[in-house]
Amino acid sequence: MQKDIRRLSLLLLFAPFALWITLLIVLPHLGMLHISLREKVAPRVYEFGFGNYLNFFNEPIYWNTLLRTGSMSLLVTLLALILGFPIAYYIAKIAGRRARGALFLMCLIPLWVSDLIRAFGWILLLRETGVISSSLQWAGVINAPIEFLYNDATVIMGLVYTVILFMIVPLVSTLDGMDDAMIEAGYNLGGNGPTVLRRIIIPYAMPGIVSGCIVVFMLTAGSYLTPILLGGKNSSWFTEQIYDQFITRYNWEAGAAFGFVLLAFTSLVVWGGLKLTGQTLSTTVARS
Amino acid sequence: MAIKPNIVFLTGYRIYVVVFFLFLAAPLVGAGMFAFNDSTFPSLPWRGFTLDWFFNDTEPKLGMFHDRRLMRGLYYSFVIASCVSMLSVFVGTCNAFLFVRYKFPAKDFLYIVMVVPLVIPGVILGISILLVASTIANGAEATLSLELDFLRPGIVLVVLGQFSFITTITSLVIIARLKKFDLSLEEAAFNLGASQVRVLRTITLPFLFPAIAAAGIVAFLVSFENFNTTLFLVGSEAPLTITMYDRMVKVGSTPVLNAVSFFLMVGSALLALVSVLVQRSKPLT
Repeated sequence: MQKDIRRLSLLLLFAPFALWITLLIVLPHLGMLHISLREKVAPRVYEFGFGNYLNFFNEPIYWNTLLRTGSMSLLVTLLALILGFPIAYYIAKIAGRRARGALFLMCLIPLWVSDLIRAFGWILLLRETGVISSSLQWAGVINAPIEFLYNDATVIMGLVYTVILFMIVPLVSTLDGMDDAMIEAGYNLGGNGPTVLRRIIIPYAMPGIVSGCIVVFMLTAGSYLTPILLGGKNSSWFTEQIYDQFITRYNWEAGAAFGFVLLAFTSLVVWGGLKLTGQTLSTTVARS
Repeated sequence: MAIKPNIVFLTGYRIYVVVFFLFLAAPLVGAGMFAFNDSTFPSLPWRGFTLDWFFNDTEPKLGMFHDRRLMRGLYYSFVIASCVSMLSVFVGTCNAFLFVRYKFPAKDFLYIVMVVPLVIPGVILGISILLVASTIANGAEATLSLELDFLRPGIVLVVLGQFSFITTITSLVIIARLKKFDLSLEEAAFNLGASQVRVLRTITLPFLFPAIAAAGIVAFLVSFENFNTTLFLVGSEAPLTITMYDRMVKVGSTPVLNAVSFFLMVGSALLALVSVLVQRSKPLT
């Protein structure tokens, strides 16, 4: 009797999970795979084939965009790690008890406004008639307005801004769990600052670092608004190509294939990163 | 404090931290301040303080509260975010009990599957759901001559699309709290003769409440600000982020968008504050 009730409640709890994952994640992705593998031979007539994928590899502009998106996303991930690590370390280890909570909350503030508003804010600051350009002119540093928008450096800066919180949060929670005695022991054994950082702190923080890097990389490669708004028409971000195929050209087959290429490419990079650092998904992102 | 580094290094470090937080605040200040500038362009010079961009009811300075399209967007965003929040909190709570309290085959694998939606690019989630929904709707129309309107781009699809990854967030938040629950509390209640339902209602759920409320607020905010997934699933009932993006692309930036930005910032900050207070408060006993 008791056992039956337990089985029943397990089934009842499993049902929402199963419905969610099957109907909204697995089925749509299988459907997308199916559509990406068909070619239009005549109106409303389709044939199975790899044409959409071949088309991707035969057209340099497509895979160049993907490579560009990938390499810029890696750069953004690296920058977010280098810039975010000191902040996370400060919050977890150096700040006093009360400052810690406040600083952590301040880190989260940009998270509560949408990508769109953050990009809008940057535009108002950086454009030719924007705050920075006109302030510099007013101060006499420059004579003519400068356009800070629509170049790669600005896109990278905007992306780092958008994703750096997702680097800091896992780092703070890993570093928080680290015993200060480990660092002291490192110094007592004669290590200097860089040695302690390299041999003790970074290895300990590795799960947090990898977890942050995975999330940041995926978010960057899949981002759409920031590269378009800050980079303008020539930002050539891969998600833009997908949008273009879907909405502008109404070529769903090619769009689906592009979507899969992006998914495969980012998964491959994440898999490579995990292998390289000797971590797994369950020790990093799915850690609890 | 673990180490006592020299004073120069520490000062430099502190300056870096301050500069970093100024960097975090910069675009928010940029987006917010022009909501109060008495000019038709969101740029310097400063022409004086005004609240027209919120309350004025005539063109050319139509305030956000009199702009019908923006208000409609706000309304749809609110409806969508409420639905997503309720649905994802319900499923998230079920997931928490499932993964914390039960043993079943392939549990570790399924746990990773649960986390995966969070790392799938939002654009991909949007198009894959759009594709399948349209395929089913087209199929139903062709073979059964059935009109399945809810599978066409619109509010239902937007809710489903956002729900598909926000549920991961709510699950993780609620799981973290349920793991801290002391099982002996439930056992004590059982020993005192309480039924399963009563224990759930009077012991376990009150303990979980802070996490459930916080998860609901986070889900609401993430839904409210989502753009990537929504972009592909949106029909004629466009939520606020889509309406704002449309306005930016077609009309260019106008201070009314700054007013909306400021309004959303204040709203989100208040909700975030509520979630912090709720999480800090002791569960009812």
